[in-house]
Amino acid sequence: MEFFEPIMTWLQHQSWWAAFILTSWTIIKIIAIVLPLMGALAYLTLAERKVIGYMQVRIGPNRVGYFGLLQPIADGVKLLFKEIIQPTASNKFLFFLGPVLAMAPALAAWAVVPFDLNLILANIDAGLLYILAMTSIGVYGVIIAGWASNSKYAFLGSLRSAAQIVSYEIAMGFALVGVLMSAGSLNLGKIVLAQSGGFWQWYWLPLFPLFIVYFISAVAETNRAPFDVAEGESEIVGFHVEYSGMAFAMFFLAEYANMILVCTLAALMFLGGWLSPLPFLPDGFPWLLLKVAFMLFFMLWFRATFPRYRYDQIMRLGWKVFIPITLVWIVVVGGLMQTPLAYLFH
Amino acid sequence: MLNKIKYAFSSLMLVELLKGMALTGRYLFARKITIQYPEERTPMSPRFRGLHALRRYPNGEERCIACKLCEAVCPALAITIESEQREDNTRRTTRYDIDLTKCIFCGLCEESCPVDSIVETRIFDYHGEKRGDLLYTKDMLLAVGDKYEAQIAADRAADAKYR
Repeated sequence: MEFFEPIMTWLQHQSWWAAFILTSWTIIKIIAIVLPLMGALAYLTLAERKVIGYMQVRIGPNRVGYFGLLQPIADGVKLLFKEIIQPTASNKFLFFLGPVLAMAPALAAWAVVPFDLNLILANIDAGLLYILAMTSIGVYGVIIAGWASNSKYAFLGSLRSAAQIVSYEIAMGFALVGVLMSAGSLNLGKIVLAQSGGFWQWYWLPLFPLFIVYFISAVAETNRAPFDVAEGESEIVGFHVEYSGMAFAMFFLAEYANMILVCTLAALMFLGGWLSPLPFLPDGFPWLLLKVAFMLFFMLWFRATFPRYRYDQIMRLGWKVFIPITLVWIVVVGGLMQTPLAYLFH
Repeated sequence: MLNKIKYAFSSLMLVELLKGMALTGRYLFARKITIQYPEERTPMSPRFRGLHALRRYPNGEERCIACKLCEAVCPALAITIESEQREDNTRRTTRYDIDLTKCIFCGLCEESCPVDSIVETRIFDYHGEKRGDLLYTKDMLLAVGDKYEAQIAADRAADAKYR
């Protein structure tokens, strides 16, 4: 990317097609982010089935391709060929806007994620606010999908999911406030750089309770097990009961895209992003990949281990446990920053 | 009071959750018990009750003497038998149908048979592609018996001392 930049700036000074070049160059960058992300989504589903299978002493899918490697493609083809049923009494426009609104913010948030020191699509100052705003928009997809289906089950399910997502967003936001206080910036790149100096300088250590609260909230935020009352395959129906085929797959993909997003965010905020854990190893993008994969594995591990929460317990945990803990810890962090221990947070 | 504090502390420290995760984490590395079905199969008892077969004596004569005990004992009424006298004055079946969609594979027909004619084999992975395919006639049952006689005889021999 650094290699092309001078050529691009030269081309941009060539009068009439400067705008054209800028636009197409940005589109190329977007594709370079979204395509690998889509691949990662597909293979995350396989990884999930494999990991859960192994933890249940099974071996998971292994028939389609070696080690089941073509299984996601088979699943995708199956969903593509299935009929999309549109309920007669539904609002057609909103019915199809729902999945799009669920998926789009999950992808749009990647615009400000720094993959390396200079490898970032839009290096804006309030990057973290932008990401929080984008993930909040995702809840409209849920509400619209539930309402437009014109089914009482979908409607009640969407109310449930929306309340859950909104509640945990608060705890998640508060957990990130601790990071902002320590790093002194909303720019994701600067937050990562504030953690430089190796494994013990990353924010997971001084902000450990916030890290745990953030990660559990992230699991709840993405409607993953054990907070998956939205999906709840075995006993409860969620906001997407009326969806089938590719429209349903969009919700499915949005869930996995959000999983990757919150794990990337955790890696950037608490695990030092692209920084290497040991001072003598070079920093770089592979470290970020490794950390994201590590966090994602934990999400799958949770799903294989924990039974589903009851809905009122989800709400109790969000409002009466996590929000007080984060508030207290923010005060503690603020207090410690005024003492000689302040070096911990820089 | 002390217990309450203890409980609050351990739930804040996620003790139980970590214990659960340690368990599933251990199972991640455990030996998998999956059996890759068409290539691998589980061990099977000689008493296995699968698809039915009608047997013959080594000289080629069919065993069934049309006593209709199996038809009488069948709890699902899956067996239909018609009989007549053959030219050599022996009683033989002209019709011996088993409706496998009715059959519950209880094995009573096999137990009731005085000449070990109707038996249940180890075959369980048969199928029918259209209506009526699972209504097995006498010829089909005899064909199954002819094809798998070696296995059937071996299974009866293995189980003989318990009968």
